[in-house]
Amino acid sequence: MADMTNTLVEIKDLHTYFYLAEGVVRAVDGVDLTLKRGRTLGVVGESGCGKSITSLSLLQLVPPPGRIESGEILFYKSVQRSNANETVDVVNITALDPKGKEIRDIRGNYISMVFQEPMTAMIPVRTIGQQITETIILHQHVSRQEARELAIDMLARVKMSRPQQVVDDYPFQLSGGMRQRAVIAMALSCQPSLLIADEPTTALDVTTEAQILELMRSLQKEFGMAIMYITHNLGVIAEMADEVAVMYMGKVVEQTDVKTVFLNPLHPYTRGLLASIPQLNETIAQTDRSRRLQAIKGMVPDPYTRLTGCPFAPRCPAVIPDLCDKVEPKNVLAESGHFVRCHLYTEAAS
Amino acid sequence: MPVQDNQKNPSAAESDSTGPLLEVIDLKKYFPIRRGFFKRIIGNVKAVDEVSFHVNEGETLGLVGESGCGKTTTGRCILRAIDPTAGRIMYQDSVLGRIDIARLDKEQIRIVHRSIRMIFQDPYASLNPRMTLQEIVGAPLRAMGIAKGKDLEEIVAHMLELVGLRPEYMRRYPHAFSGGQRQRIGLARALAPSPTFVVCDEPVSALDVSVQAQILNLLKELQEKMGLTYLFVAHDLSVVAHISDRVAVMYVGKIVELASTAELFSNPKHPYTEALMSAIPRPDPSPREKRVLLTGEVANPANPPSGCYFHPRCMYAKEICSAQEPAFEEITPGHYVKCHRARELSLTGAVRVS
Repeated sequence: MADMTNTLVEIKDLHTYFYLAEGVVRAVDGVDLTLKRGRTLGVVGESGCGKSITSLSLLQLVPPPGRIESGEILFYKSVQRSNANETVDVVNITALDPKGKEIRDIRGNYISMVFQEPMTAMIPVRTIGQQITETIILHQHVSRQEARELAIDMLARVKMSRPQQVVDDYPFQLSGGMRQRAVIAMALSCQPSLLIADEPTTALDVTTEAQILELMRSLQKEFGMAIMYITHNLGVIAEMADEVAVMYMGKVVEQTDVKTVFLNPLHPYTRGLLASIPQLNETIAQTDRSRRLQAIKGMVPDPYTRLTGCPFAPRCPAVIPDLCDKVEPKNVLAESGHFVRCHLYTEAAS
Repeated sequence: MPVQDNQKNPSAAESDSTGPLLEVIDLKKYFPIRRGFFKRIIGNVKAVDEVSFHVNEGETLGLVGESGCGKTTTGRCILRAIDPTAGRIMYQDSVLGRIDIARLDKEQIRIVHRSIRMIFQDPYASLNPRMTLQEIVGAPLRAMGIAKGKDLEEIVAHMLELVGLRPEYMRRYPHAFSGGQRQRIGLARALAPSPTFVVCDEPVSALDVSVQAQILNLLKELQEKMGLTYLFVAHDLSVVAHISDRVAVMYVGKIVELASTAELFSNPKHPYTEALMSAIPRPDPSPREKRVLLTGEVANPANPPSGCYFHPRCMYAKEICSAQEPAFEEITPGHYVKCHRARELSLTGAVRVS
């Protein structure tokens, strides 16, 4: 079983479905993930693979008509008791009322989130300071003045220039990168044990992106929080993650450490993803201009169809007829610490 | 591939008819800032400021830069989707001959739009949801009087096949297609009047990685088949490196560096190019050499800094950089840089070519 002291979140067989007029969308369809304290888990996949819905399920924030259908999300919550020693409470998040007191105590306090678009993540008519102090006052017993001091301190820690002035600025007065810094300050104001970052740099330019990634790494060292980093950009994954989970159509198809995922990917989907991105070194060394990228054929099936067997089978170059399209592969441990959901490895294992 | 580099200064080549397909000379596009009751002009946003480059026939010129640097505005000026403030856009048109696009009247623009086309970034916003594929792809043909009726249908069917869609889809509406397929539809529409020059404005940045590769391959394939010339506007340097023969880097409305792809990525001469390359997140988990992290923000094009626009963020800046604007010079054949210290600096590229 999982090591209690190091594990922060355990997601077990999570299913989150959306009930629409057109049919049922199985956005998250049996996800198992483990997040460790102080580590970064990168979740990578294409749009619609369920990576964002997994993270929203973690906070009980799945918008209707979606709902968590089954599965467990165990959160190992460290609580500071009165006699100064820490104890760990295990909370099953899926069992909590989405509007209840318990989950509201967890949101922002123990688990917080940074979204993709920093402008929509903020209220345009409130100052930066008001928005940061709101979280602090809600979760900590401090006065308004103290909260303001904390907010300025947080802004300084996210390397915001002129934090004393920015605290009274409105979001529109800041640039994209500065806004994302403010959102990160807001998310970290209560020193959470888990920060969920859902494509936090996708809307930013590369040079700004590099600054924000650098900032998040240094803040992780400072605060020791775990990060669940959701992105479609494999380059960002390589820079940020310790562990990587690759998702495809609501399932985690491969999970291992960051080195292995790039150097020895096992699942044909992971291999396909890596082959389809233009690699700078190769491009420049190549003199032959007609060189093509190895694209994954076809496209992600529409979300209403339910495929029997492996969801990647119709696009898979290594498909085994009569097996992959009929039987759903199980999650197997292909090598130490390397899980893959593919028949190529189940056979070898059996 | 005809990648014969034009060794001349981009603004010098004039009246020879065998010159580049497109030559942009000192292009400017200012957007006025108006204030007050009388809408007095109180300043200008210099979106594109004295930009010069040329594109040879059959090649792909990549145009990169951060948001707001003027790369899209440059592309739009070439199409005359917006009117440039000043400058010349010399184009070798098959019907009109060598012309200055900046000075054409409406009727002439219609003719030029047969051979200069555009592909847009957002495949969801750029297709009319109430038109079928046949109407969308056929629209330019009908508007230009190239074909109608049965002929039109045939061309549309051929175009759809060319971009990898089934001709039977002709009567469907865009909502039935995914992002990648929609981008193929946009491509079919752009290429329907058999153009020579295509401005691709971030054609793959809204797509998923696996689909992005498909579209990039398709763009290359069509270029070879139809002899197309591309101006490829994008912010993703790996994508630009993959598709371009030469690359121009823009910063706050100006081109700061222009060179062949291999030269630019292995031997950059402008500090901004170096920083931009250093910032690319690479899909490689092995630890990297020290990054050049830029500090500060992109300059405001309405109120740019003195001298070189990049000097407040430049780690190599000297006194001259804040006092005097550097010239856009050719320091080695085909490698243009706008930097006072281009000749003395030794910068790190994205790749090392031994």
